[in-house]
Amino acid sequence: MPVLSVRDLRIGYRSGGRLVEAVRGVDFDLYPNEALALVGESGSGKSTLGLGLLRLLPRTGQITGGEVRYRAPGGDQVEATDYDVLSLEGTRLRRFRWSEAAMVFQGAMNAFNPVLRIGEQFADTMRAHAPEGRLGREDIRERAGDCLRSVRLEPGQVLGSYPHELSGGMRQRALIALAMVLEPRVLILDEPTTALDLLTQRAIVDMLQELRAERGFAMIFISHDLALASELADRVATMYAGRIIESGTADDLFREPRHPYTAGLIGAVPTVHGGALEPVSIPGAPPDLARLPAGCSFASRCSYAVDECRTTDPGLLMVTDRPAGETSHEAACLRWEAVRMPAMALQDEEAGK
Amino acid sequence: MTGAASDQSVLLDLKAVSQTFHSKRGALPAVRDVSLSVGRGEVLCLVGESGCGKTTTARMAAGLAKPVAGSVEFEGADIWQLGKRERVAYRKAVQFIHQDPYASLNPIRTVYATLAAPLRKHGLAGSRKDAWEQAAALLARVEMTPAANFLNKYPHQLSGGQRQRVAVARALALGPRLIVADEATSMLDVSIRVGVLRMLSKLRQELDVGFVFITHDLAIARHFGTGGRIAVMYLGRVVEHGRTEDVIGDPQHPYTKALLSAVPDLAPGPRRDPGLRGVDIPDLAALPSGCTFHPRCPLYVPGTCDAVEPELLEAAGREVACHVVAGQADAAPADDTREKTGGGV
Ligand SMILES: Nc1ncnc2c1ncn2[C@@H]1O[C@H](COP(=O)(O)OP(=O)(O)OP(=O)(O)O)[C@@H](O)[C@H]1O
Ligand SMILES: Nc1ncnc2c1ncn2[C@@H]1O[C@H](COP(=O)(O)OP(=O)(O)OP(=O)(O)O)[C@@H](O)[C@H]1O
Ligand code: SF4
Ligand SMILES: [Mg+2]
Ligand SMILES: [Mg+2]
Repeated sequence: MPVLSVRDLRIGYRSGGRLVEAVRGVDFDLYPNEALALVGESGSGKSTLGLGLLRLLPRTGQITGGEVRYRAPGGDQVEATDYDVLSLEGTRLRRFRWSEAAMVFQGAMNAFNPVLRIGEQFADTMRAHAPEGRLGREDIRERAGDCLRSVRLEPGQVLGSYPHELSGGMRQRALIALAMVLEPRVLILDEPTTALDLLTQRAIVDMLQELRAERGFAMIFISHDLALASELADRVATMYAGRIIESGTADDLFREPRHPYTAGLIGAVPTVHGGALEPVSIPGAPPDLARLPAGCSFASRCSYAVDECRTTDPGLLMVTDRPAGETSHEAACLRWEAVRMPAMALQDEEAGK
Repeated sequence: MTGAASDQSVLLDLKAVSQTFHSKRGALPAVRDVSLSVGRGEVLCLVGESGCGKTTTARMAAGLAKPVAGSVEFEGADIWQLGKRERVAYRKAVQFIHQDPYASLNPIRTVYATLAAPLRKHGLAGSRKDAWEQAAALLARVEMTPAANFLNKYPHQLSGGQRQRVAVARALALGPRLIVADEATSMLDVSIRVGVLRMLSKLRQELDVGFVFITHDLAIARHFGTGGRIAVMYLGRVVEHGRTEDVIGDPQHPYTKALLSAVPDLAPGPRRDPGLRGVDIPDLAALPSGCTFHPRCPLYVPGTCDAVEPELLEAAGREVACHVVAGQADAAPADDTREKTGGGV
């Protein structure tokens, strides 16, 4: 049973008297212990979706429809949980945010309070959200220390520092540690490793995988780093213009993408090993969210597009025989059967000559 | 030196710069004795683990922080000795793109105001209409179109990658001769990133703009830095420095090898082992003796590596700071295999 079931979620921003939808009907399920990577174009609505799931949107943001069902199994002492996050308010919403789900924001480097030492911020957060009540100083130091060490930070060095005394990547890691101390069941990480070198990234990925195996939390990992996403995630979803346009297992998406945008994205990844292909960007610009075209929103940039694409909105289509659920592969493309990775398309062309 | 060809073509020269911060725990030598230069139209990439001193070096290069030792020269003049007029010209010629676009854009300025401010300040825009058009053109260069959708927005109304692109556009406004870019494309999807990097490469080729380019992505360093040089930093020092092709194609320093072996691959398969003896980065307040990399180094030779700090010396057509590479100590035999996994990628 999924821990989060998102159905037709819509989120808009008010600006200049208009409401422009940045998330336009998103569906997905997140299973316990699963890692879902959210990749896609800059501005496609990934952060908006993450913020919406935790009801952390800025004041100009508004959820305009849909459902976010959260389920947790019961235990000996605990009742099973099953509610729509969108209907929560007050203390119940606060409790959901802190003890059930947590998020590391994009721009996290800038998220610490500049005038408080990191240690004080750990203590504040832990005291405010410790479900079992008061926590002693020692407990706090110990737990904070464990979490910091797991992101390769030296607690002695970091806890006594002010945020500006840490490098960008150190702040990013400290924030991941801060989210971990709360031991959430759902963890949303928005570009948590953007500024981190590969050795540190790898250490963090390993740490997340270990903790996930140990504590069984589910994770949504928003990232522009496709290689990292493929390494970390069980499932990957690509977003474009406010929608999920393809989703499948990491293997499906990276080996056999069925949406031209995903295929283009993978083809754009430069390699360090000097593969034969020069990275190419996808031509054209994303559509204006306030003036979306009819049909497929990618049509104007798509080399596969046919007339029908400009009139019919494809919606997510099943592109495997596997049953719906954790291993299904779906793509919102009418011509998904024709879609090839750029490298393969090139080979096909050459073979055809 | 593997430096730029002739003195006239040198834009920026960092001469043995150091930076030390002071904290409760004592002095933190964040950057020690770094000498690097950038020529016109040249790219110098800075890579290395989080906290190794890249941003600190970049801030000195861009004149935002004064080194505690050494000097920074731009077109032959010490930037901390400039007269008022020269200083204004220097400010215009050198642009810094901050690592964190969430901190570097003024929250109460619209995108238009952010882009128009430098144009106005330097008298490059006459009317408001002119400034508007120039701002729109700048946005188009970073693939933010239609510009009218963005010019009136405030930073908090933009996505992370959009903020980052505004920061890049702002750096282009004054037609700089040197751009110091600190992880300037980290929040862009690969397709847009390739587009922005291509645009920056054009500046380099057509207008001879030089770059100090910090990135954690070695594939980007390889592509954007083609024909340029790369410096690998570890705990505040440069440990390997040479032509990008040489360093990435055939790394010499064991630390560079480890960094390269950690490059993930879209192709599934077992990950390569970076082959380090430890993952922890030592504390700057208590630097290891000798070679500061020795506690993690797979080639570590007791008695030498932990006793003497290796100098940056010429080796295999570049500079490397390692006793074993310099042939002043022999690596332990068991490390042969590790060397292979690390190198030759
Ligand atoms: N507060 C806001 N007011 C108005 N529009 C907004 C606001 N926040 C975001 N947007 C717009 O909504 C769209 C989606 O933004 P979002 O931050 O979700 O993108 P993203 O996919 O996270 O992009 P990135 O990868 O660049 O971070 C963008 O076009 C952005 O300009
Ligand atoms: N203002 C400061 N006060 C004290 N220490 C500082 C200050 N600024 C940086 N440092 C320290 O100097 C070292 C180098 O920091 P720097 O920001 O240059 O690293 P970086 O290589 O850019 O790392 P990242 O990849 O994480 O951005 C770090 O250990 C950091 O904690
Ligand atoms: S539906 Fe048509 S236009 Fe849209 S992505 Fe598929 S082929 Fe391209
Ligand atoms: Mg975002
Ligand atoms: Mg930095």
